[in-house]
Amino acid sequence: MATESLSLAPPVAERPGPIGWTRRNLFATPFDVALTILIALFLLWIVPPLVRWGVVDASFTAPNRDLCPADGACWGIVRDRFHQYLFGLYPVDQYWRIFAGGLLLILGCVPLAVRRFPHKVLYGVAFMVIYPYVASWLFEGGGPIQPVIDTPLWGGLFLTLIISIVGIVASFPIGIALALGRRSTMPVIRALCVAFIELVRGVPLVTVLFMASVMLPLFLPPGWSIDKLMRALVGVSLFSGAYMAEVIRGGLQALPKGQYEAASALGLTYWQSMRLVILPQALRLVIPGIVNSFISLFKDTSLVFIMGLYDLLGISRLIVTSKEWLGHDIESYIFAAFGFWIFCFAMSRYSQRLERRLHTGHRH
Amino acid sequence: MNQTRNDSAPSIVLRDVHKWYGEFHVLKNINLEVMKGQKVVVCGPSGSGKSTMIRCINRLEEHQRGHIVVDGIELTNDVKNIEAIRREVGMVFQHFNLFPHLTVLENLTLAPIWVRGIPKKEAEETAMFYLERVKIPEQAHKYPGQLSGGQQQRVAIARALCMKPKIMLFDEPTSALDPEMVKEVLDVMVQLAREGMTMMCVTHEMGFAKSVADFVVFMDRGEIVEMAPPSEFFTNPKSDRTKLFLSQILSH
Repeated sequence: MATESLSLAPPVAERPGPIGWTRRNLFATPFDVALTILIALFLLWIVPPLVRWGVVDASFTAPNRDLCPADGACWGIVRDRFHQYLFGLYPVDQYWRIFAGGLLLILGCVPLAVRRFPHKVLYGVAFMVIYPYVASWLFEGGGPIQPVIDTPLWGGLFLTLIISIVGIVASFPIGIALALGRRSTMPVIRALCVAFIELVRGVPLVTVLFMASVMLPLFLPPGWSIDKLMRALVGVSLFSGAYMAEVIRGGLQALPKGQYEAASALGLTYWQSMRLVILPQALRLVIPGIVNSFISLFKDTSLVFIMGLYDLLGISRLIVTSKEWLGHDIESYIFAAFGFWIFCFAMSRYSQRLERRLHTGHRH
Repeated sequence: MNQTRNDSAPSIVLRDVHKWYGEFHVLKNINLEVMKGQKVVVCGPSGSGKSTMIRCINRLEEHQRGHIVVDGIELTNDVKNIEAIRREVGMVFQHFNLFPHLTVLENLTLAPIWVRGIPKKEAEETAMFYLERVKIPEQAHKYPGQLSGGQQQRVAIARALCMKPKIMLFDEPTSALDPEMVKEVLDVMVQLAREGMTMMCVTHEMGFAKSVADFVVFMDRGEIVEMAPPSEFFTNPKSDRTKLFLSQILSH
């Protein structure tokens, strides 16, 4: 603990090995000693019962709640309902469509990972436009692909990923456009962007989604309806776009004025200097903020429950209302939390790698 | 015949130029004419408006009254005119302002490729030619952050030259450099001047002014106080303000 208090402590004899390490890091000052003992006691109090409940007394195989142990966790719920955690209420015999869609996504992204792929940007844009159509056709069905599976049946991790990937991909250009608009010299554009950003940031996402699901239909002509999932996607994208705009604006403001001036002095137009000089630097500066937004967006997707959609969290709630698993909320939620954590942690690691890679030639 | 007439046409004309920052009158009635091939050194105490003046010439700052004509094109709010002028006017800044996310070579080829539409290969050849001239071809594939200040400023000069400008503006190009690096940058500028480039340079390097300037402009409190060839300017200054400034700057 508290290695920074070392400088205040009397010099401790340097001893190699675990004893030396313990002394240096855990028992350097009386305060450190007290803190170490307190934390050790806390861990002793909390960990053994957790291990007893979660591992020692737990059952990993029980097929339903009737066979669960009295005092232990019943992890059989994960095994029994794993497919629902992943895909929600999507018909089991149609899972191949989801796999096919996922495979297409991975294959389609391979060229983007290749460093010197020709026309990479063009390809990326084309892929981003075409893939959603192909994927939604695969998932929903129609034409040769039968039966049609309505979006309310899509769920679990599958739905969480759809909403967050669409949200992330869409919020990025929305955010850039809003950030540039907010710094524009044209008063109308600036006012519109400021109004949009402040309005959206001023209300909770739940409200945005609620309005999209309840109020939007009231304004549509009778007979019209927009798919529930589509409404959620638009709501989430606009919402996170507004947040992204402020993150990106931070990067734009952090760049020295000289960069803007040098680009102008060379004769680059506004859009050229943004694309070639300003944004590449500004976006690099705010990678941590961008990934932070992505991570909160990923977790915020669970709010679509308000529209009656069952994402990873929604489905774990639904599962524990079934008669086979009634009352095993804790196990179900722990598993859902674990699922969220895996993805968020992966994003965080990836951003660290990205930062390191992009900053190699960037030393000042 | 046509050529000689062109040679005597003014490259830069400032007529009755005024500029305000809010209430503050930064430029007062500036009148200046620079002929093709002439080298002008602008000096004056800090806050005298000399940087603001040369930044008006490529519209990094906007003037509010008067006329500025560069290479026969008048600077107005018309973006087309501004872009046309910026293509022909190179600028070197006090703080270099290289693009840190691009290599030296990419810094040099960016504008020729995107603004002039020159093929990449040709732009790279031109870039290497100018890097040779500023004597750092071996740094082409490094990033600006890996170079010394003097090297960065020479890259910045080469970057401006790659656009093959008709006029070069220098805004205190040596002020941010360590003393031992000033010479390498000035050498490049002197060479450029000898080759006949039209140059306007805000600097306190009086040695440079003496050796290359056709005339020296002295500014104070937003006005041009005195304008004279260096021989006259340094030996026989007319105004008291000029005398005071010269005594301060030449005393060591």
